[in-house]
Amino acid sequence: MKAVNQRAWFFVLPVLLLVAFNALIPLMTVVNYSVQETFGNNLFFWSGLRWFEDLLNSERFHAALGRQFLFTAIILAIEVPLGVIIALSMPRRGPWVSVCLVTMALPMLIPWNVVGAMWNIFTLPDIGLAGYFINETLGIPYDMTQNPMAAWITIIAMDVWHWTSLVVLLAYAGLVSIPDAYYQAAKIDGASNWAVFRFIQLPKMKQVLTIAILLRFMDSFNIYTEIFVLTGGGPGNATTLLSIDLVKLALGQFDLGPAGAMSLIYFAITLLVSWLFYTLMTKDDPK
Amino acid sequence: MAQITLSGLRHSYSPNPQTPEDYALKEINLDWQDGGAYALLGPSGCGKSTLLNIISGLLVPSHGQILFNGKDVTRLAPDKRNIAQVFQFPVIYDTMTVYDNLAFPLRNRGVPEARVKARVTEIADMLEVSDILRKRAAGLSPDAKQKISMGRGLVRDDVNVVMFDEPLTVIDPHLKWKLRSKLKELHQRVRATMIYVTHDQTEALTFADQVVVMQDGDIVQIGSPVDLFERPAHTFVGHFIGSPGMNVLECEMRQGQVLVQGHAVILEGMATGDGGKTQIGIRPEFVRLGPGGLPATVRKVMDVGRHAVVEAMLGKVAVKAVVNGPVPEIGASTGLHFDPAMTRLYRDGRIASTAGGRR
Amino acid sequence: MRARSIIPLIYILFLMLPIYWLLSMSFKTTGEILSGFTLFPQEFTLENYRVIFTTPSWYWGYINSIIYVSLNTVISVAVALPAAYAFSRYRFLGDKQLFFWLLTNRMAPAAIFALPFLQLYSEVGLFDTHLAVALAHCLFNIPLAVWILEGFMRGVPKELDETAYVDGYSFPRFFIQIFLPTIKAGVGVSAFFCFMFSWVELLLAKTLTAVHAKPIAAEMTKTASSSGYELGLLAAAGALTIIPGAIVIYFVRNYIAKGFALGRV
Repeated sequence: MKAVNQRAWFFVLPVLLLVAFNALIPLMTVVNYSVQETFGNNLFFWSGLRWFEDLLNSERFHAALGRQFLFTAIILAIEVPLGVIIALSMPRRGPWVSVCLVTMALPMLIPWNVVGAMWNIFTLPDIGLAGYFINETLGIPYDMTQNPMAAWITIIAMDVWHWTSLVVLLAYAGLVSIPDAYYQAAKIDGASNWAVFRFIQLPKMKQVLTIAILLRFMDSFNIYTEIFVLTGGGPGNATTLLSIDLVKLALGQFDLGPAGAMSLIYFAITLLVSWLFYTLMTKDDPK
Repeated sequence: MAQITLSGLRHSYSPNPQTPEDYALKEINLDWQDGGAYALLGPSGCGKSTLLNIISGLLVPSHGQILFNGKDVTRLAPDKRNIAQVFQFPVIYDTMTVYDNLAFPLRNRGVPEARVKARVTEIADMLEVSDILRKRAAGLSPDAKQKISMGRGLVRDDVNVVMFDEPLTVIDPHLKWKLRSKLKELHQRVRATMIYVTHDQTEALTFADQVVVMQDGDIVQIGSPVDLFERPAHTFVGHFIGSPGMNVLECEMRQGQVLVQGHAVILEGMATGDGGKTQIGIRPEFVRLGPGGLPATVRKVMDVGRHAVVEAMLGKVAVKAVVNGPVPEIGASTGLHFDPAMTRLYRDGRIASTAGGRR
Repeated sequence: MRARSIIPLIYILFLMLPIYWLLSMSFKTTGEILSGFTLFPQEFTLENYRVIFTTPSWYWGYINSIIYVSLNTVISVAVALPAAYAFSRYRFLGDKQLFFWLLTNRMAPAAIFALPFLQLYSEVGLFDTHLAVALAHCLFNIPLAVWILEGFMRGVPKELDETAYVDGYSFPRFFIQIFLPTIKAGVGVSAFFCFMFSWVELLLAKTLTAVHAKPIAAEMTKTASSSGYELGLLAAAGALTIIPGAIVIYFVRNYIAKGFALGRV
């Protein structure tokens, strides 16, 4: 049905140029660095796969990778069900709908460093709203600059605050697209609320949920600014996730070789897991 | 089995209705017998879907009552009314198999599995979907899906009333007649009261024993298809039913005679009533072209296959006639003959002549 | 049904808490902040905001950010439009692969581009310019814009194009006068998302700028680390960054549910 037309390449050329400029050239640089070694003064020596071997054997990398997977797993486990529950409990029509949607969208439009700074101020032990409340009113000792557990809870709370709305909005969009007749038929069929969820709402939300999960996976796996501003990766390296480690390596230590290798492996992991997620979630779809 | 009585039923969607326009349903009083096949026919917005939803319990009317077998069910929930409803587009549970779809209403009511199997096989047989029982419902064609929707409605033993809300809307035209005959067949077998809502007169007239014609929230006429065709109680019904619709021509009453554009016309019988805007109604099927009669000029000839519809100008008014056989030329002069037994008088849109008397 | 509505209410309350705290801090003096915990500002002050509105390095931060975000939105949508048109209307050699490759760029961790971008943009002499950040953000925003626009364009029947040709429209005239108006919702949605992702992203924005095009983020981190702990000032700066986002959401509020409903983010 679509005509074959090679001249369409002209339409695509500007996009291709801009994206290639930003993607291919840096990637080539990264590949370049990853297989070479330098001792400064722009002298490079071929080092083959040495950086890759070093990296894959490095404790520091394993630790960062482990923390990253843990973070992403917790995030997905909380944000997706929470988002769905909130979407299910929102009214399907009426004046409050747009008020809700607008307020829920707000956290997503705040610059990421401000999100980090906001949560920093919010959780300072003696002068932050949450920090003060937890320490003084609830009596629980809480200081994320000292305690790794507190730091983890804070970064997770911050991300849930920041991004759950994305899941809510997507799930909600899926839900309101369900025609009333389905709910009416279910009423006539005597279906329970759980049956309505399982057989009507969930299947219709599947497509949007797939997008939501993919996006949340990708963005939480690649997260940098918010956490960096909030904890700097600390205390110690308790919250040093992959991106933070990479930037430290590349822009902090200027270890070009290891940074290059790490970049490539990082990108590869993101792509692979995204592809896995995508295939798993759409395998039952008729196409 | 259920006898359905609608008593003083009125419905408005707004919380404070003031004028008649605020009411989607104006006063409805109706008695439906057991086991009949009824159609609710009318143009979009006439209130037929509102009425249907009130009967099924998806909507609670703002005024009035609805009784099943004498019992007031106005506020009773849908799943307690022993009704089934089939919607405009197929409503099925995509993730379940056809079998599970049909079994769903029974399982929700705790029916033992052996009985479930018996009923599902029986209904699947009736609907000719036995061969796809194990298939997932998602990938089927719209007419198969709609059959399953119907099946879900019929699978329960205790269903008294089955309601269809324009169920053939998404079906391909060449498959519509198949489903229509299937519905008629189902009605013979199941013997439940069936109410069929539609704006398509063919569907209504072929399915129902009794048709309820609605307009703007009012019931305009109730009768068998033949009644509606031959004696429309209202010019609206005359227009709406029949293809093409009835010719409605202004006329005057003078000294006991009925005159259309100065020419005398013979009615079916006695004229009743007094005053009001008078019109005569005559269906194109009963208009003959020939020498003599009311003078008219042929303006259009439309060949519809089995016959032709000729539109002729009687003065400034267009009159349609159904012609079998040779058709006149465009521009030719001809005469219109109205079959007196089929010529009706209408005052302010309502029928005002009675049959018999003359021939 | 009524009881269930508690859930969104609690959630919204949770969302508003840190924002309230930020606002409250921004109206306090540093003295009050450091002296102890107060729920409301006891000494309400506009001093922090005054500093921001009168200090060039601060307000230029905002202006710079707005400049490169607008630049990026315009560029991304402008180049995405013809490309999306091509993807929706034609098949050509390598089209599926190209589309897929574009999407993979959206998935890339920004961190891996930090150093290479720094070198690349320095090399072409664009370091510390608005254009640099605008172009850098294109990496993620163009694939997004193409994806969203393609979805909208697919819904427009080809008959529209054909009728226009028959009527004698040249392609540019057809595109601007006829095609664009039919997909204006799509243009709005993609512009919104481009704005959103460019406004919030700060790693690359900070890396590629130094003085002239420095975004507000860099100024804020400078304040946090160097001149002691001026929390009130920081809070005010942060509060001001919420405003553009709030304004944009307000304008697209009718489209939020609809735009997301197309399942394209």
